[in-house]
Amino acid sequence: MNNISPSNRILAFIAAVLMVSAYFTPLWQISLWAPQYPEGLNMKIWIDRLSGDVDIINGVNHYIGMKHIGVEMFPEFTYLIYVFGFIIGFGILTAVIAKRWALYTFLGMIVLLGIGVLTDMYLWGYDYGHNLDQTAAIKVPGMAYQPPLIGYKELLNFIAYSGPDTGGWILGVSALLLTFAVFTEWRKKKKVASL
Amino acid sequence: MAGAAVAVAFASGCKPKGAQTAISGDAASKVYVAPGQHDEFYNIVSGGFNGQISVVGLPSGRVLKILPVFSVHPENGWGFSEETKPMLNTTHGFVPWDDLHHIAISTTNAEHDARWAFANANNTPRIARIDLTTFKTVEIIEIPNSSGNHSSPFITENTEYVVAGTRFSIPTGDDTDRDVAIDTYKDNFRGTISFISVDKDHGDMDIAFQIEAPPFNFDLARAGKKKSHGWFFFSTYNTEMAHTLLEVNASQKDKDFIMAVNWKKAEEYIAAGKGKKVPVNYVHNKWDESTHTAISTIRNEVLSLDPKVLKDMVYFIPCPKSPHGTDTDPTGEYIIGSGKLAAIIPVFSFTKMLAAIENQDFEGDINGMPVLKYESVLHGEVEKPGLGPLHTEFDGKGFAYTSMFVSSEIVKWNIETLEVVDRIPTYYSIGHLSIPGGPTGKPHGKYMVAYNKITKDRYLPTGPELAHSAQLYDISGDKMQLLLDFPTIGEPHYAEAFPASLIKDKQVKFYKLEENNHPHALKGINDARVERKGNEVHIYLTSIRSNFRPDNIEGIRVGDEVYFHMTNLEQDWDVPHGLAIKGANTAELLVMPGETSTLKWTPDRVGIFPFYCTDFCSALHQEMQGYIRVSPAGSNTPLKFSTGVAE
Repeated sequence: MNNISPSNRILAFIAAVLMVSAYFTPLWQISLWAPQYPEGLNMKIWIDRLSGDVDIINGVNHYIGMKHIGVEMFPEFTYLIYVFGFIIGFGILTAVIAKRWALYTFLGMIVLLGIGVLTDMYLWGYDYGHNLDQTAAIKVPGMAYQPPLIGYKELLNFIAYSGPDTGGWILGVSALLLTFAVFTEWRKKKKVASL
Repeated sequence: MAGAAVAVAFASGCKPKGAQTAISGDAASKVYVAPGQHDEFYNIVSGGFNGQISVVGLPSGRVLKILPVFSVHPENGWGFSEETKPMLNTTHGFVPWDDLHHIAISTTNAEHDARWAFANANNTPRIARIDLTTFKTVEIIEIPNSSGNHSSPFITENTEYVVAGTRFSIPTGDDTDRDVAIDTYKDNFRGTISFISVDKDHGDMDIAFQIEAPPFNFDLARAGKKKSHGWFFFSTYNTEMAHTLLEVNASQKDKDFIMAVNWKKAEEYIAAGKGKKVPVNYVHNKWDESTHTAISTIRNEVLSLDPKVLKDMVYFIPCPKSPHGTDTDPTGEYIIGSGKLAAIIPVFSFTKMLAAIENQDFEGDINGMPVLKYESVLHGEVEKPGLGPLHTEFDGKGFAYTSMFVSSEIVKWNIETLEVVDRIPTYYSIGHLSIPGGPTGKPHGKYMVAYNKITKDRYLPTGPELAHSAQLYDISGDKMQLLLDFPTIGEPHYAEAFPASLIKDKQVKFYKLEENNHPHALKGINDARVERKGNEVHIYLTSIRSNFRPDNIEGIRVGDEVYFHMTNLEQDWDVPHGLAIKGANTAELLVMPGETSTLKWTPDRVGIFPFYCTDFCSALHQEMQGYIRVSPAGSNTPLKFSTGVAE
């Protein structure tokens, strides 16, 4: 019995289809507030681009010598669309062939994607926050101004927030659905084994 | 004994009661707008002899902006930058000042839509249109055959027309027609009423037609609304047609007139080709938000209608003693004439006026234009209202409020019954009064502002010249209640207020750089440069926090005409950059994000001239500066420009 239940086939299919939203919604967002920005500044990270107040954030950040944020800064934008496409394809394949190993692999891929993206973002944030221009007008103490990975962080006059946006949350739902599916399959297997 | 009594009466402490401010209840909390909160109404206030408009919040009375219209405004370069100079062009050349009296806020179906504000130049006759999404003067049209454009700008209920009636009648026509003896006034002087059409989508103004009128003084006006839509009412004085010592000679008759104009009839005559094209000269100045530049053009013709020949278009309603304001109530039925020397306030009925015209209830005519019988048109008279009635506004609840200059008060009365129901002092000698939406078909009867002509002791004294005072009243209850007393900018005449919600979410925050079509605009720092064309030098300058590019310029010579074309590259709200250069015989530039503006400078001596940003734009604003080297005329210093790397 290495096949998964019909309901878990549907869950795998839904999880895969939900991931398609990554192409139409922003995955991540970074927001900044300061006394002179009561309305807040917001940058959205999509699968292949940036949007929002990127130019204004760049204008503010040049004072402390941060690099200019732009699409060219993220080689990820060139291949993430294929990574997502591959995982979605594999998810649909899982629903079709209904094999347990495929379901496990599908979840594994999503978890790895999440870990990979977060690690990648941390490394980018570290580089962005530490490689400050030596000639910048304002010298940040310790020459480090790293944005938060997830959650809130106070940076000079700014409060910065970093967290998932619509697409990111939908991706989370996909992962949860799959976790549930994997859990039920794992229990079923244990029952079968104990019989 | 009598001497002693007089001495006692004039001793200090014997001032009669009633001259002090009577504040009662919780007035403070009614005008308190907490920090960070917004006012409920925008109040667009004429600046009178400063030629500007002030934008005031109600109920706080806080000044939000001084908006330049007819006068130069060095603080933002209005009338000084090359782009704005054409806005103040007239057939008399560049005129740096005017006297702005009245405001009209655009309406649809007799209700404020607040797309535009209109304002009049009283001295050199013009009408301006202000865009209320940018709070900027975007169009100014000159009025030919007019002098003292006081009866202006009043609008029809869908903003079809803005009118401009001449205060001074003057001789018109060619040079020989106009070069006449002043004492031939009755024979040679002419009055004109101009109807300026307003494009319903873009607001563009054009003089649609002028109506010839007797040589009276035209004072104020109001359009009919709702049932009286299609008519316009103009108050007149000096129907004696005096030309000297008007104080006496224009105050002899018991009655002057309200001139009723059937402008729908005028449109019919024009459609039938009855208008006569008359050669004139007037300028039309238009601001282009895409090129951030004004263009001034001359127009040469106006369509004239002669009511002496074209019947059924103009009628005269007798009105006591030199009427000042003529105001139509929110239903459009009643027309209130405020005879400033009269002991009563006459209220005329539009229905009765139509009946009187139908029945030819005339008591005479003026050059063939019928004069209606006073009693036939009269709804009734308000008895003993006070002294010196000037203007009337409405609360939409059946009451009218009339300002009384001489007795320094506002009188509230019932329009139907004509009974005076309340009166309240003003400080001192009120001119105009204003209720938000007051002149429209939908007044917001909550607040009323008095604009006074005399200030005296109201505020901390500031020498001989004082701010003009205004008072805010709560009119939501039966009794009027004084809430606030505040100084104003310039010398306000009329003001109009409307709910902030109509426009506050439509405000332009900055201009998009990609939509900037100024011929000298720069889209980025890479295009910054300096070009010489003979003795003209064009500096294409960018500004962004916190630098100018280029900021080191050499090769300028004494006597060159130097043009700084500065583009503000910022694309965020509230980040203007300024530009000032030592010795320039002009004002600073204040350039909004995404805008391009030009400052002309003719260096007069050899040396290094610093320039800097005048708007505290950022933490490094004080570093936002540059240098220009000026060499002697005819020298060979090479043209060089740069923005260095950090050292």
